[in-house]
Amino acid sequence: MPDSPTTAVSNPPVQEFVNNLGASDMISRSATGDLPPPARRLTEVAKLIDVSKCIGCKACQSACIEWNDTSPAIEDNVGIYMNPHDLTPEMFTLMRFSEWVNPETDNLEWLIRKDGCMHCTDPGCLKACPAPGAIVQYSNGIVDFVHENCIGCGYCVKGCPFNIPRISKTDHRAYKCTLCSDRVAVGQGPACAKACPTQAIVFGTKADMIKHAEGRITDLKSRGYANAGLYDPPGVGGTHVMYVLHHADKPHIYDGLPDNPKISAVVQTWKGVTKYVGLAAMSFAAAASVLHGVFAKPNRVAPEDDANAERLVGGGPEERT
Amino acid sequence: MSDVELEPGDALHPGKPVIVDRYRGATRLNHWVTAISLVLLALSGLSMFHPSLFFLTAIFGGGQATRTIHPWIGVVLFFSFLLLFLQFWRLNLWNRTDVEWVAHAKDLVSGHEEKMPEVGKYNAGQKFIFWSMSILISILIVTGIMIWDEYFFDLTSIEVKRFAVLIHAVAAVIIILVWILHVYAGIWVRGSINSMITGSVSGGWAWRHHRKWLKRLAAKPANRGGPA
Repeated sequence: MPDSPTTAVSNPPVQEFVNNLGASDMISRSATGDLPPPARRLTEVAKLIDVSKCIGCKACQSACIEWNDTSPAIEDNVGIYMNPHDLTPEMFTLMRFSEWVNPETDNLEWLIRKDGCMHCTDPGCLKACPAPGAIVQYSNGIVDFVHENCIGCGYCVKGCPFNIPRISKTDHRAYKCTLCSDRVAVGQGPACAKACPTQAIVFGTKADMIKHAEGRITDLKSRGYANAGLYDPPGVGGTHVMYVLHHADKPHIYDGLPDNPKISAVVQTWKGVTKYVGLAAMSFAAAASVLHGVFAKPNRVAPEDDANAERLVGGGPEERT
Repeated sequence: MSDVELEPGDALHPGKPVIVDRYRGATRLNHWVTAISLVLLALSGLSMFHPSLFFLTAIFGGGQATRTIHPWIGVVLFFSFLLLFLQFWRLNLWNRTDVEWVAHAKDLVSGHEEKMPEVGKYNAGQKFIFWSMSILISILIVTGIMIWDEYFFDLTSIEVKRFAVLIHAVAAVIIILVWILHVYAGIWVRGSINSMITGSVSGGWAWRHHRKWLKRLAAKPANRGGPA
């Protein structure tokens, strides 16, 4: 039996399943330097979202709400299909609708992209997180938030190159797509992929998904989409949620999908040199002042200083005027 | 100039020894509120700065509590320091004596303070601490509000917040270094801490470290209080 599910479409098994995704499968853990190496390496999994097959039905959003038991607020219709208005702590995935006029054909193209956590190989959220174990990465590629360890600081929001995490105003913890880690742990694919009626969302090993994407890209190219391609951005080490885009040369037209996402250099500086040099400088200053305080001669008032002061001020209170 | 060389509450008590009032009760209270706030901010901030210091969150009742309380302590510190700033800024303006004093800094460290120029209520080192604190606290409150996502998330973009959090961290490291210098100087120069606890210093201390200030006090009979 494979260590991770290789599809989302199979029916749930009837036999009992043990959790196959545990602490020993973590390959990184936020604010933890001494994580023991994992005993085994799980096969990397991925979700592939083919935007050219998406019909915008939002079954994936419904399935996500259903599985994760969230309650997104009911909002007002503002004239577009996108609902809710953005990712929220209660909505981990969102269909983003963009109307784009292709300058080559002058055709209006209705681009629909399912937004959500990309499960980066080099996750900016995890790098930025100050709370030990609040963000973990498993060897199968899933990046997961462990809510009981989250302190709600919002550093993950600043670390993420895709603007995904959302902090709950209710419990002050960060939320995002889990890639249904709790389903994957028991051999099930993500709820969104399971619910997708056109199989625009498919799930399996990352290798299988890349292969599947190649077939789709060949098909799209044969249909006139010369720039069709796979979105698996190398700037973040690749992702475990990938897109097939019919215009892969310009990801930004898909409601601002970053063309070349990577962890911001500002975040790298903050979590790199600042952290280490800062701690070293403070430790050095504290140690040096303690040593100097213990071994150097203090600056003491000499008896003649007191005598001079008395001479300057004049005798006793009887001289007061 | 004479009226800006002294602060309200500065007074002389002739006698043996001479006692000089340096800080009023209100000023001392104000200083210690600021000091306690700064220490609590450093502890809570450091816990979120480096994983090896995360254990400090226990002081505040856990990570969530630390994250909640840190900015509020910052607000307390900001207003508390603002009061100190309004009291101290005039006497901390830079002047020619300070340039000379800095040129003689080596004499201070090597124990030859008598070779240094006579200074007023604050020497160049104290002025450096004052202005560093003023500038750093301004930077910290502004960048702090920019990353206080609970109330001000919509104030700035995420890209701006990234810079804000980096600048906040760097400024915090520097202010901790300045704080170490401040505390160290207060301990190394014996008799200084007393000025912030009881409010007064000995005449000898004033003669040795702030002779111009002492002379100004002695020159005006109105500055004399009762016997010590």
